[in-house]
Amino acid sequence: MSMASQNAASVVIEQLSLAYDTTDVLKDVNLRIEPGELFTFLGPSGSGKSTLLRAVAGFGPTPRGRILIGEDDVTRLPPWRRNVGMVFQSYALWPHMTVRRNVAFGLEERRTPSAEIPKRVDAALDMVGLLELSERRPSQLSGGQQQRVALARTIVVEPRVLLLDEPLSNLDANLRVQMRREILDLQRELALTTIFVIHDQEEANTISDRIAVLDEGVLQQVGMPMELYDEPVNRFVAHFLGTANLMEGRVETGDDGARFAAANGIVLPLAGESHPAGGERTAVFRPQDVAIAASGETVPGIVLTGRVQHREFLGNLLRYSVAIGEDILLVDDTHHPGRRAFAVGDEVVVGLRGEQVRILEP
Amino acid sequence: MSLEAMARGQWGPAAVGLIVGLFLLAFLVVPVVNVIYVAFQDPNTGALTLINFVDFFRNSLFQESAINSIYVALMAVVLASIFALPLSYFTTRFHFGGAILIQTLGVLPLIMPPFVGAVAMLLLLGENGSVNLLLDEWFGFTIPFMEGLNGVILVESIHYFPFILMNLSASLNSIDRSMEESAQNLGASGVRLFRRIVFPLAMPGYVAGASLVFLKVFDDIGTPLLLNINNMLAPQAYLRIASIGISDPMGYVISVILVIFSLLALWISFLALRGKDYATVQKGGGGLMKRDLRPWEKAGCYGVVIFILLLVLSPHFGLAILSLGTVWSFSVLPDAYTFSHYMRVVSESSEFITNTLLYAGLAAGIDVLFGTAIAYIVLRTNLIGRKWLDYAAMGAVAIPGVVLGIGYLRTFYAFNVPIIDKPLASWWVIIVVALAIRRLPYALRACVAALQQLSVMLEEAAENLGATKGRTIYRVVVPLMSGGIVAGFVTSFATAAVELSTTIMLVSQESDAPLAFGIYEFMQSAAGRGPGAALGIIAVLIVGIATYVSHRIIQRKETQQTPDMAIVAGV
Repeated sequence: MSMASQNAASVVIEQLSLAYDTTDVLKDVNLRIEPGELFTFLGPSGSGKSTLLRAVAGFGPTPRGRILIGEDDVTRLPPWRRNVGMVFQSYALWPHMTVRRNVAFGLEERRTPSAEIPKRVDAALDMVGLLELSERRPSQLSGGQQQRVALARTIVVEPRVLLLDEPLSNLDANLRVQMRREILDLQRELALTTIFVIHDQEEANTISDRIAVLDEGVLQQVGMPMELYDEPVNRFVAHFLGTANLMEGRVETGDDGARFAAANGIVLPLAGESHPAGGERTAVFRPQDVAIAASGETVPGIVLTGRVQHREFLGNLLRYSVAIGEDILLVDDTHHPGRRAFAVGDEVVVGLRGEQVRILEP
Repeated sequence: MSLEAMARGQWGPAAVGLIVGLFLLAFLVVPVVNVIYVAFQDPNTGALTLINFVDFFRNSLFQESAINSIYVALMAVVLASIFALPLSYFTTRFHFGGAILIQTLGVLPLIMPPFVGAVAMLLLLGENGSVNLLLDEWFGFTIPFMEGLNGVILVESIHYFPFILMNLSASLNSIDRSMEESAQNLGASGVRLFRRIVFPLAMPGYVAGASLVFLKVFDDIGTPLLLNINNMLAPQAYLRIASIGISDPMGYVISVILVIFSLLALWISFLALRGKDYATVQKGGGGLMKRDLRPWEKAGCYGVVIFILLLVLSPHFGLAILSLGTVWSFSVLPDAYTFSHYMRVVSESSEFITNTLLYAGLAAGIDVLFGTAIAYIVLRTNLIGRKWLDYAAMGAVAIPGVVLGIGYLRTFYAFNVPIIDKPLASWWVIIVVALAIRRLPYALRACVAALQQLSVMLEEAAENLGATKGRTIYRVVVPLMSGGIVAGFVTSFATAAVELSTTIMLVSQESDAPLAFGIYEFMQSAAGRGPGAALGIIAVLIVGIATYVSHRIIQRKETQQTPDMAIVAGV
């Protein structure tokens, strides 16, 4: 494909802070996104992830700090001089123009020779499979088709970076999976540096090379999806990426190595690397790492007894809330047809192994 | 202005904003401030004083005029409400055949100068008008519809009730059925449902319309003058200036009082609407709750609607008959019919028509240009003082035409226009400026509404793809606002074409006069009524045609935007 971009650029964000009036929306964000990378800004609403994406595109108040695309400092450039392609959440197709005119817009504004424009528009529309709908108005298209037009309109100008703001949030579940695949194929074909803004962690996990987790305008952690899940650096990341059990306590040095003494009296031996003792800490472990069995049966690891307080059936698994003293532990048990399930009120034993526990940095 | 601000596209809007601001300063703020200043100035010494106001309130004619003006304006609101309530309620809340037709006919009275209707009403409902002649003949009594202030109240309420109709209908239309359904779900029904849900939700629209009627009636001078009622405030202001001259302080004192009452009416409307921008139509909502009528209810409703429509359209019928009749006096209908009045006005007075097209066209053009600019500056930039631009432009609503006219005479009489060597106050261009200033609020609201509906993302997408602010305005903003811009143009044009209160003061020679002024001149004499009515009908036609043509332009524009599609269809 001739459209394949040779100019995939890195995006570097240095000490970026941004405020609307007196409200700080972004606080000292530092990031480096590699050329050709599929990167995601993930966070709850109000976390600043969309503001950060818009700052890369040049919208919103001028930030403090720097944004570099490739070698160029674009912090003070207006949007129309950045050559950054953005696909808006609502697609923002111009209703008074046909699909073809929408796609041609960016080329026209770039003074592309008029003989070349139809060819490139056709190529872009062909790429998203909408060539035959080129004379339609946006209002005559389905949501998925509008999304494709928005994509074609952006990639036709061969931007150095592709930005997608919640690209799948306006689509229904089936279309979402299909569109996700199409966007990924397209990105691979064009080898474009791509930044997504996503609020759904599962979606972010499935499509991203790396994820930056944001909360309240502060960058919490950057890493590959599995890293973030397995090694969250703080409570927010642990909670936001998947379900987590958290326990407060302190690390102590015992006879046979480090152990975690929780405030509730539970003591967990810690495996693996050394843990410096002392100070209030938080232990994190995932529900699927806790074993569950009927009272009297055996489970691996530290055994605790408790009572089932809630039960949620999630299809592939059953999620129990087990009351152990004052505390509630979430325990996931894989579900198979015919497999016995515990009922609310049942006495159970749960097993916790030290190597599954991660101690958060203070 | 910093380099960055220029790059971010604030430079152009700032320059445009400055031009618009200077225009408003010169032709709205300065003349009005001048009028207020003179009202507080001793005519002999020039010192600041309240003596003029003391004189005003000691004068029994002015006292009477003030009471009459308030009485007429309030009664006109009451009568206009009686006309508007059934029309808007029936057509919005019930399944009612012909609702759109009724709404359209209900707005027709606005497109004719009110004083033109006054003459027709005299002939239909006056002491010796058609209806009273018939009543006297059949039942032996007459009803003083048009006697004294009654005539002014009737004519004004018929002319201005569409303001209530439009605002109230819009309010009623925006009440989502879920609002009523949730009230029903919680146990409310019938009168309680109406009183607790429908009425409060519709109230802001009603008050907005009613205060507009009050303001318009209070400021109108054409109707009372034509009906020979001089003891009201606005006519007094005109008469003092016209008969005694622009140095008489009483005209200015009355002007200040007119402005105060206008502001009062607007303030009430503002209070009613403040914080009550009920956009209750829900996303995915069920639309409006409409009810089916039982047959006898339906018959009753149609009876009421038809009676009201006949009454409010009677000026049009009367005017049409008058324009075609030979002699119509002391008889139910004219003695014979002729086209000679039309021949006469077309051959003798065609400059009235061309002047009107020129003035109203130019004024409406200025209005949409400025309206679009102000809307963009207010909604899309963070220029300092942008709100003041909006306030100043909207402030024109509060300035009665006669006050603006007096202000122009006072301020621009001493200002000689070079080359043509004539005072600015008596040059025809000043009429265009006055019309533009007076109609700017209408165009501005239409432009603001159009731009508000436009998602900022559509503009950001254009900038993202390489279009500068200017190019984005040209290729995305203006095309998508075109519906609102055309609507603003038509409203400005149509209302400017029939305006009299300012032009009556600014026309210095008959060759510069627009239609409304010509009609007013004709209607002064009994012999001129036929030709005057013919001119009136022509005015109504111009406004009607302008509206129709603009609709066609919008449609053509929409098809032009897809030339490729047209070619494909052609193949």
